[in-house]
Amino acid sequence: MVDRSGTPLVEMRDISIAFGGIKAVDHVSLDLYPGEVVGLLGHNGAGKSTLIKCLSGAYQQDDGEVHVNGSKATINNPRDARRYNIETIYQTLALADNLDAASNLFLGREITTPTGFMDDAAMEAETRKIMARLNPNFRKFASPVSALSGGQRQSVAIARAVYFQAKILIMDEPTAALGPQETRMVAELIQELKRQGLGIFLIDHDVHQVKALCDRAAVMKNGALVGVVNVDEVTTDDLLAMIIAGKTPEHLAA
Amino acid sequence: MAEASATDNPSGRRNIFQTLEIDTRLLGMVGAFVVVCLMFNILTDGRFLTSRNIFNLTIQTVSVAIMATGMVFVIVTRHIDLSVGSLLATCSAMMAITQTQLLPGMGLDYGNPLIAPVAIIVGLLTGALIGAFHGWLVGYLTIPAFIVTLGGLLVWRNVAWYLTSGQTIGPLDENFQLLGGIGGTMGETGSWIVGLIGVAASCVAIWQARRARISHDFPVKPVWAEVALMVVSAVLILGFVAILNAYEVPGRVLERTFEARGETMPEGYTAGYGVPYSVLLLIAIAVVMTVVARRTRLGRYIFATGGNPDAAELSGINTRLLTVKVFAIMGTLCALAGLVASARLSFHSNDIGTLDELRVIAAAVIGGTALSGGVGTIYGAILGALIMQSLQSGMAMVGVDAPFQNIVVGAVLVLAVLVDIIYRKRTGGS
Repeated sequence: MVDRSGTPLVEMRDISIAFGGIKAVDHVSLDLYPGEVVGLLGHNGAGKSTLIKCLSGAYQQDDGEVHVNGSKATINNPRDARRYNIETIYQTLALADNLDAASNLFLGREITTPTGFMDDAAMEAETRKIMARLNPNFRKFASPVSALSGGQRQSVAIARAVYFQAKILIMDEPTAALGPQETRMVAELIQELKRQGLGIFLIDHDVHQVKALCDRAAVMKNGALVGVVNVDEVTTDDLLAMIIAGKTPEHLAA
Repeated sequence: MAEASATDNPSGRRNIFQTLEIDTRLLGMVGAFVVVCLMFNILTDGRFLTSRNIFNLTIQTVSVAIMATGMVFVIVTRHIDLSVGSLLATCSAMMAITQTQLLPGMGLDYGNPLIAPVAIIVGLLTGALIGAFHGWLVGYLTIPAFIVTLGGLLVWRNVAWYLTSGQTIGPLDENFQLLGGIGGTMGETGSWIVGLIGVAASCVAIWQARRARISHDFPVKPVWAEVALMVVSAVLILGFVAILNAYEVPGRVLERTFEARGETMPEGYTAGYGVPYSVLLLIAIAVVMTVVARRTRLGRYIFATGGNPDAAELSGINTRLLTVKVFAIMGTLCALAGLVASARLSFHSNDIGTLDELRVIAAAVIGGTALSGGVGTIYGAILGALIMQSLQSGMAMVGVDAPFQNIVVGAVLVLAVLVDIIYRKRTGGS
């Protein structure tokens, strides 16, 4: 069980964001504790990704506050988010296809020599170390990531988050493009990161996946939060009902 | 993740190019260049590959090649610069006015050693500022680069015209003219020294790279492959120097030089031109730009932004400022190209650099820079410029009519891109 007595790792309070009059996220509050995986469920356009982008710095909320470790956080861009040890693995992977794994892993945070030039050998060595831990079969260190399979690309994206010691990890449909075996690898990795005390937001379409991997599930519909439930206390049908009908199951509503 | 990633070469056998880790695309371009040279050499009964023609070809290429190295960065970041020819003209006009009108007006008389450096600095500042302004319009105001520089094509061409009232300005300062080509060469001894320094530098670079890999326990090429690369680069560098040295200064020019010094020329005295300073400038620019592209964060961000602008932005890269920097570099290189071009002519003319934008873009594209962004090399662009210039002057030597020259050059550009597309599909690379 996750210990929720301390300060939450992240608290998003009353977040709202609108695009041209359409409320993409409407007064949503959500928190995340160390060692916890919170799943975000909802239809396409329910506002899951938009909400989470306020945390990762890709968008700025119109209203509401984000608190990290109990104190108010100002996140205006991805660089700010990184300062709070928030790392994001995007649905689109956000890798530069023409660069190799090491260049992508260190993009924006390159290791340099004392003379200010990039230390490619050191970066490749670090990449080899972390990949040996995450994906021991990974060999293509010299190829551009466009030559990698979906799973290999995903492992580069995850390595980036892990290497820079993320405390808060945001995963936007990390298994959408993966085969069953690769999906299992990602699932194991999530369990491993959870044991290390990271807090993870997992955005997913698959209720089974969320029930298997997450501690709590937050369901959104039309920009509003339907409810947050412990996954142990609900069935997949309950979750589906929340997604489709936008109603909290009766045995919990009381 | 679980699927075992294949090694780079599944069969386990490596051919000689893989062992030497030579870019096959580079090899293809060199091959094309050699074919073009040999073809013209046959058609001109051996006049194409004389030391004299190679010397001329080299100095004619410099101006376009300098700008092509900057165009690589511009195109890699998914932009385009159509204004380089006009920008060259504005920079050239500024430098010409500075040395012939402004500085003499301020008391620096003709022949003063300060004239050339001040004029060059004025030109470089002009280029960098205009380039940065373009970059600001593109990056911060998000006007497409095509439009900004199409406007720039008209604006700067006519700013140059306005500044000079359309007049030809010359003769330019003598020290300034040293960077033009035949007016400033290093002589035989100096060229050999530069060549040997070049050989030593490339050997050290190859060895350093190897040691860095060994220190991290990465696989390295066999020693014979490294040595072979060193030998090849040494032969290329020294061969180039030997050819430029073999182009002898005509006897009457030497006689005049001796007369000017009040001496008589010894019987049988000869001297080679050697490496022109303009070529040395191009080599220096090529080295600096390659180091920027491969070894600095700026270069890494340029390529990352070209490969995936969103990823670059999400990784915390300031892509707007990056655009300003890339265009400022382009502007600075236009100024340097303008310096070389006007120094070679020994005057500034109103039509200097006309249509250069097309030559520069063609050079970068023939050199393997992908218009879709993210891919391109500095050496490729220089080789592309050399191939274009060889075609142009080769056809002129053979006596091909002017319209056909341009028809061929245009067709070659399209063909080169087609070949590149096929190559990329075959190799499956980016």
